[in-house]
Amino acid sequence: MKAASRLHAILQGPDGRRLSRLANIGVPYLWLALFFLLPFLIVLQISLAETALAQPPYTQLWEWVETGVLQIRLNLENFALVLGDELYLAAFLNSLWVALVCTLLCLLIGYPMAYAIATAPERARVLLLMLVILPFWTSFLIRVYAWIGILKPNGLLNNFLAWLGVIDAPLTILHTQTAVYIGVVYSYLPFMILPLYANLTRMDMGLLEAAADLGCRPFKAFLKVTLPISLPGILAGSMLVSIPVVGEFVIPDLLGGPGSLMVGKMLWTEFFGNKDWPLAAAVAISLLALLVAPFMLMRHLERKLGGDDL
Amino acid sequence: MTQSRWKLYLFLGLGFAFLYVPVLLLIIYSFNESRLVTVWSGFSTKWYGELLRNQQLLEAAWLSVRIAATNATVAVVLGTLAANALVRHGRFPARGPFELLLTAPLVMPEVIIGLSLLLLFVAMENMIGWPNGRGFTTITIAHITFSMAYVAVVVRSRLSQMDRSLEEAAMDLGARPLRVYLTITLPLIAPALLSGWLLAFTLSLDDLVIASFVSGPGSTTLPMVIYSSVRMGVSPQINALATIIVLLVSVAVIVAGLSMGRRSLGRSP
Repeated sequence: MKAASRLHAILQGPDGRRLSRLANIGVPYLWLALFFLLPFLIVLQISLAETALAQPPYTQLWEWVETGVLQIRLNLENFALVLGDELYLAAFLNSLWVALVCTLLCLLIGYPMAYAIATAPERARVLLLMLVILPFWTSFLIRVYAWIGILKPNGLLNNFLAWLGVIDAPLTILHTQTAVYIGVVYSYLPFMILPLYANLTRMDMGLLEAAADLGCRPFKAFLKVTLPISLPGILAGSMLVSIPVVGEFVIPDLLGGPGSLMVGKMLWTEFFGNKDWPLAAAVAISLLALLVAPFMLMRHLERKLGGDDL
Repeated sequence: MTQSRWKLYLFLGLGFAFLYVPVLLLIIYSFNESRLVTVWSGFSTKWYGELLRNQQLLEAAWLSVRIAATNATVAVVLGTLAANALVRHGRFPARGPFELLLTAPLVMPEVIIGLSLLLLFVAMENMIGWPNGRGFTTITIAHITFSMAYVAVVVRSRLSQMDRSLEEAAMDLGARPLRVYLTITLPLIAPALLSGWLLAFTLSLDDLVIASFVSGPGSTTLPMVIYSSVRMGVSPQINALATIIVLLVSVAVIVAGLSMGRRSLGRSP
């Protein structure tokens, strides 16, 4: 009873502010440090270990050989393999290539869509925006799966094209790089449209009118006014699409084939197929290192775009 | 000008067709009688019947729903605390790293999150004996870790746009901060909490990659069952299941969206 009233006094008193600070900052911080930051350190540690026929299947980095003597063995073989092997190099390059191509495609499709929504009448805007967000909510796996039935040799697209008389023999799209492009653009398009919309909707349309009054053609006004203003949105959307795509697994696995090797799938195979945990960890660390720079750029843009709620 | 608008809307329509036609086809063909998913042979609901008799799938679905609900509830609490910290507590020590840790899960490739959490769980089990085996608990913890980042984004934007005059009035009248938060702030940000909960729920229900890493024998989630059957080829049963999931999620999102839209319309002058 006494403890309860003391707690009550703390919650109500000037200490309450400190307690709330502690809870609001401390609890999520602790969670993220334990389950998001710490795991990376363990991945780093295991990437330097050797594979072993043990449970778990890797060697310890350090052991006490005699009392007071600590032996540490670092194994750089995994990184040598990841960085030196041609197959891995091809997978990394192809992942970056897929991310680049798909980001550009998302931008080409997403920009006019975001622009149309941002300049639509106010009432229609809510509905249109909801139409962009809705696919983002429906199952990713199922939306990728939907494309298998469309793209396969006797699938809906080939049937449709044959019915139209455009093709004689079915096109091979499933299990090629093209299918990966289609799947990625389809899945990540909303991630491009949303930041672009957020950016464009804040644009002062008076600027375009002023440009028109001064005799500027619409297309030139777009190049000189709209495009530079929306650059932060373009970059933010590009980061949101390209960073996760580099490590994508589901799309290359279900839609891609032998010609569309990607890092995410290699990591999966090393782990689940070959049970080589240290090598999978080395792949993860290399992938992470690759993504740090674009991630920092994204954070920088986010701050500039107005995360100013201080 | 009107001509270019017309073209713009045509493009928008095509874009939406691209986003929606695949899922619509999936729904249509879930009512196809034929086992061949791409040949239409007549209307039938038999695949829905088979779905209801598929014990393995139903068990996986029930596990996934339990994980998703637990995850969403904890993620809303943690995400809201994090949003409070960022919006209400100004510049605190190590705010930068805090924001970094909170943004990274949004773009981090799933294979990295999955692998790193699995290695953490294995190391912890060796060291302190917890978690004992992998399953419901480890999957839920993994899902909370990335879901809370999404919740924080949703709640944070609501919190920073919120009109603070009501809170100030309550403070002026002598209400204590905690009371103000519970009776005024929380009801005002409730729509964001609801959509954060729904978002966390669907993210969890949808996750294949992370769950595959941190699950153990006997804890197969719905996406894992879908994935293994998809690898065998397209099946009408999965179409039926996909239809049910898509319809449930769409209804939930539309209801939540409408209630949020109405609320914000009611407030704006």
